[in-house]
Amino acid sequence: MRYRVAAAAAVIAALAGTSASAETLKFAFQGTLNQLDPYSLNESFTLGMHGNVYEGLVRLTPDLQIEPSLAERWEIIEPTRWRFYLREGVKFHNGNDFTAEDVAFSAERVRSEGSDVTTRLAPDVKVEIVDDYTVDFVLSAPNPILHSEWGTWLIMDKEWTEANDAVKVTSASDTSPNYASLNANGTGPFKITSHEPGVRTVYEKNENWWDEVKHNLTRVEFTPISSDATRVAALLSGEMDMVYPIPVQDINRVNSNDGTSALTGPELRTIFLGMDQKRDELLYSDVKGKNPFKDVRVRKAVYQAIDIEAIKTKIMRDLATPSALMISPFLFEHSDEFQRFPYDPEASKALLAEAGYPDGFSVGMDCPNDRYVNDEAICQAVASFLARVGIKVDLNAQPKAQYFAKILASGGYDTSFYLLGWTPGSFDSYNVLLNLHNCRDDAGNGGPFNLGGYCNPRVDELSKLILSENDQEKRNAYITEAYRLTTEEVSHIPLHQQGLAWGVADNVSVAQRADNYFKFRHVVKN
Amino acid sequence: MFGFISRRLVMAVVVMFVVALISFMLFRFVGDPINQMVGIETTPEQREALRERLGLNDPIIIQFARFIMGALQFDFGNSYQFKQPVAELIAKRLPATLELSFVSALFALVVGVPMGVYTGLNRHSPLSKLFLTVSLIGVSLPTFFIGILLIFLFSVHLQWLPSFGRGDVVAIGDWWTTGFLTLSGLKALILPSITLGLFQMTLIMRLIRAEMLEVIRTDYIKFARARGLPDRSIHFVHALKNTMVPVITITGLQLGSIIAFAIITETVFQWPGMGLLFLQAVQNVDIPIMAAYLMLTAFIFVVINLAVDILYVVIDPRLRTERSGL
Repeated sequence: MRYRVAAAAAVIAALAGTSASAETLKFAFQGTLNQLDPYSLNESFTLGMHGNVYEGLVRLTPDLQIEPSLAERWEIIEPTRWRFYLREGVKFHNGNDFTAEDVAFSAERVRSEGSDVTTRLAPDVKVEIVDDYTVDFVLSAPNPILHSEWGTWLIMDKEWTEANDAVKVTSASDTSPNYASLNANGTGPFKITSHEPGVRTVYEKNENWWDEVKHNLTRVEFTPISSDATRVAALLSGEMDMVYPIPVQDINRVNSNDGTSALTGPELRTIFLGMDQKRDELLYSDVKGKNPFKDVRVRKAVYQAIDIEAIKTKIMRDLATPSALMISPFLFEHSDEFQRFPYDPEASKALLAEAGYPDGFSVGMDCPNDRYVNDEAICQAVASFLARVGIKVDLNAQPKAQYFAKILASGGYDTSFYLLGWTPGSFDSYNVLLNLHNCRDDAGNGGPFNLGGYCNPRVDELSKLILSENDQEKRNAYITEAYRLTTEEVSHIPLHQQGLAWGVADNVSVAQRADNYFKFRHVVKN
Repeated sequence: MFGFISRRLVMAVVVMFVVALISFMLFRFVGDPINQMVGIETTPEQREALRERLGLNDPIIIQFARFIMGALQFDFGNSYQFKQPVAELIAKRLPATLELSFVSALFALVVGVPMGVYTGLNRHSPLSKLFLTVSLIGVSLPTFFIGILLIFLFSVHLQWLPSFGRGDVVAIGDWWTTGFLTLSGLKALILPSITLGLFQMTLIMRLIRAEMLEVIRTDYIKFARARGLPDRSIHFVHALKNTMVPVITITGLQLGSIIAFAIITETVFQWPGMGLLFLQAVQNVDIPIMAAYLMLTAFIFVVINLAVDILYVVIDPRLRTERSGL
């Protein structure tokens, strides 16, 4: 018995020993971390990395629930007044205290010219400091999702930013980079010790972090590796503890290798097809003088001609979830009430004939080839499915730089038929309805990313109601109604939520978040 | 000699100007930089404001003039994606590319020259046939494929060598970093150098072989044989020396292309050099970096061409008399 106790004690000591020892995590991502100012770029990888160094008033759990971070709690004291109680005793990496002053300062800076994350806080919201650790946000109208994007509104130190002359957010037109884009000073669990843009960034543990430490890392090294094959090789050879993304065709390779496995899961991004319903004559088509996509029967015919199961199994190798909605089921609780229109080429042909196109027509399609998982392959498959019902697709697949320049507002929405992906930054349907479904003019006012120009005044009206309704049940009813309309009218053709694939060494445990954010504080390395 | 060099310099300036002009016109087709600089939710008005501030709405000729004025003062502006001065970014990446190019060129010469001599002299030996086959692979397989092949063999399977990066580097002075001084730095150099140098190696080998076959048949070699000179001295002193003029031209020009076109090798091995920087810039429509890189590449070629021209005159006395006769 005594021996057993001793043995158990030894095991415990050994375990304690490993968790306390110095652990370095090396990981690679396909893109680069360019600069360190948390307000310069609204892009998920960049914001996710900054989130290891800086923190917001709230943060997200691994399953994307909002939880307190720098704010201990909050309450809506009037419909238009939110009160946040800040955590006391939190210090920035340079030793400065975190107070309400910093929140007010960050609120101004995040909305200033040059900031790319201005959507985090509307311009008409007033920030009132009640005392050192209490802040009020005064709204001009109720907004139930005021804090929904605040997980990526990161709080900066007023004193540090001002002392280093970095109040103005660095924008590309500035002649020299400011201090905050080359240095970081947050409250988060890690500090940056060296940063060579595009080469390597090194993080070290913040010993004075306020929260309970659940990770066991002392150092994290990030290297961007853009070539897929090299990134996978770096994991297989053991040089890297974690790399992402893993191309779908390499998932088996990573799993069959000793010591590594692929961690897969659904992502929030919805991949969909859009059709120009605004122009009176369709561009890039043999139909002259009219626009077939204005007819809902044609849009539905396109929808039903696409074999989504084939795309899922053959192209995405099962790493995709077919979707009936333009939002991930994680982000809308009533999404199970919606079904996809079934794949039915015969019905599709009948609809085309009914709409006056028994022999189909031709149309040009725009597609990126380096933006989403297997984007070009999906477009090619769509083209061949449509050919079976008589619609001849002339595919124009190009790199994202040229693709976005052509199809977005700056290119005059120069597209007839396109593939796009969308993740609502606020994790909420309002963002999807506003950006992708609200009526727009030619300059993009209204729904700026509603490239096809779908327009239903009732959907616009519902969007406004959704924005200001504080009652969750009523709000969901409005959202359901809006999606019913857009689904019946085939405003877009949702395809799927693409999957995430991270390659992880077996001695490392990580928490994979559906928004593809990688948080070091959930990592344990043995 | 002075007149010769100054004529060359004037030509060099013209070349640089034309490169600047052509590359500037090309930038109109690489896409919209604004889309790569901001998140997708940025409104059209904000995009337009940014475009205005960057001067992208000015007529192309004004943008070009602005660029030339800056370039004359070595000011290439700020990178759109990194928000840092381009000159600084390139200077930081230059050592990595130069070290890789130097080792690749050395590899190509040290391996390529003896192989060329051997295959030239022993045309029918099995080893020559093997060399020629290997060289055929070197010429015909694309660089990225060779790189990935080497990575899977030596990094993933055998786990001898790293698959990416420069290993540990040592800083020398303010901005130079070297991988020559650490074991991991040297190991990291091996695979990328072979990948980058393989094509040049086969080129040099085949060139020397062809020249050797030519020279071996000439009268003065026959005469040297008749005099009873040892083979060794005939081959390496008399024959090899006379094959050198074309080899120097090609090697010189190839050195330029090794530096300039290390892009693919650097991408496959995530080598933090200028080529990788350039490729990332193309993907992100980072025009200032692209412009500066193209100018630098043109500059390197112009300088190397000039050096090769001068070297000719030094090596070959016949050229010297012709020049002075002019």
